[in-house]
Amino acid sequence: MIQSLVAIFLASILTENYVLSKFLGVCPFLGVSKNVNTATGMSVAVTFVMVLATAVTWSIHMYILEPNGFAYLQTIVFILIIAALVQLVEIVLKKYIPSLYSSLGIYLPLITTNCAVLGVTMLVIERGAADASFGYLQSLVNAFGSGVGFLVAMVLFAGIREKMEHSDIPETMKGLPITLVAAAIVAVSFLGFQGIVDGMLGGVK
Amino acid sequence: MKSKGLLSVLTSGIIKENPVLKLLLGTCATLAVTTSASNAIGMGAATTFVLIGSNATIAALRNFIPDKVRIPAFITIIAGFVTIVQMVVKAYTPSLDQSLGIFLPLIVVNCIILGRAEMFARKNKVLPSVLDGLGMGIGFTVALLLMGAIRELFGAGTLFSIPITQGFVEPMLIFILPPGGFFVFGLLIALANKIGQKDKDKDNQPKNKNKDLACASCPLGEACQKTCNKGER
Repeated sequence: MIQSLVAIFLASILTENYVLSKFLGVCPFLGVSKNVNTATGMSVAVTFVMVLATAVTWSIHMYILEPNGFAYLQTIVFILIIAALVQLVEIVLKKYIPSLYSSLGIYLPLITTNCAVLGVTMLVIERGAADASFGYLQSLVNAFGSGVGFLVAMVLFAGIREKMEHSDIPETMKGLPITLVAAAIVAVSFLGFQGIVDGMLGGVK
Repeated sequence: MKSKGLLSVLTSGIIKENPVLKLLLGTCATLAVTTSASNAIGMGAATTFVLIGSNATIAALRNFIPDKVRIPAFITIIAGFVTIVQMVVKAYTPSLDQSLGIFLPLIVVNCIILGRAEMFARKNKVLPSVLDGLGMGIGFTVALLLMGAIRELFGAGTLFSIPITQGFVEPMLIFILPPGGFFVFGLLIALANKIGQKDKDKDNQPKNKNKDLACASCPLGEACQKTCNKGER
């Protein structure tokens, strides 16, 4: 049980990394990864909302939408839940934990339209439908792992971009093109993790 | 005169303001579904439909939606159209549904659609908004098709599943894998920049310089920039 949870967690960070192998959340990955501090703040906020959103949308899907035959409303319901949730979290943080709000709060409004958040809530439902052992706990672990994976990719990449600021880049490649090529190289390195999770934990079994 | 204006609305989305290569919107979908040319067309068509539908609806309702709640209202309208597309695709082209997977529902959060709603449809009448949606949709499809074709040709040696380079060039699998997506996209934008530089469009030049990556052209870009600056301070 714990082993499978660890496997899900590691897989969602390394082999199924949201940004680098699933292309979810590329916009903030390119936009907010300019320095390590903002990258960290943004990813922590994303992780927080991902776990919370998965916790809520999973229950709503399984107990309200699915039994009543409203599964086709998934897209509309999920995006509205996420939007409402983000607002709610912002209000609660502002009122009760102002110190956390001052460090994370500013990133929250940007998260509503982050496709990684909507993506994770839908993907865990999809996986749950295909594999019966993939339940609520597994979904939450997957959401948390995906958030951490986002963090890893963001922080790694922010470090690279800080170095890139000072390098001599051809005029046409400046800005987004060189950033994307750098992202390609980072993605290649993540390809190297393919199979490592299965190898690590599958062997123990 | 008037019809000329409408025509320019239609064409600006295709070339001058190409949503993918010039405005840098919708990068997630662009990178993810362009593993083959036919996927690219499927995604482009789905997005175009949603764009036209949401633009028309938002333009028609533009005087009724209160300004303060417009973003949630837009998202709801867009999500409605996305649901329609999802059902149609599932029913008639299940293989496309398989290959697009999660990215079909994720059209909801594609910044192109919210961006056009915010920048165009809420300020214009229905007909120009429909044309704007059509133009942007075609522009999106063309860019996607270009990327899909390049990646499929190099990565699998085929084009629309028809073998092209079989026998003399070994397919380079990396183009189909995620890194290839980033790489081809980067080079395409560099190419668009290069071509853009040749046009002596002085008005555009400083604006492009100022435009800092995907963030700034996003509908929420302004708020985002402010946030980023606040965060750095």
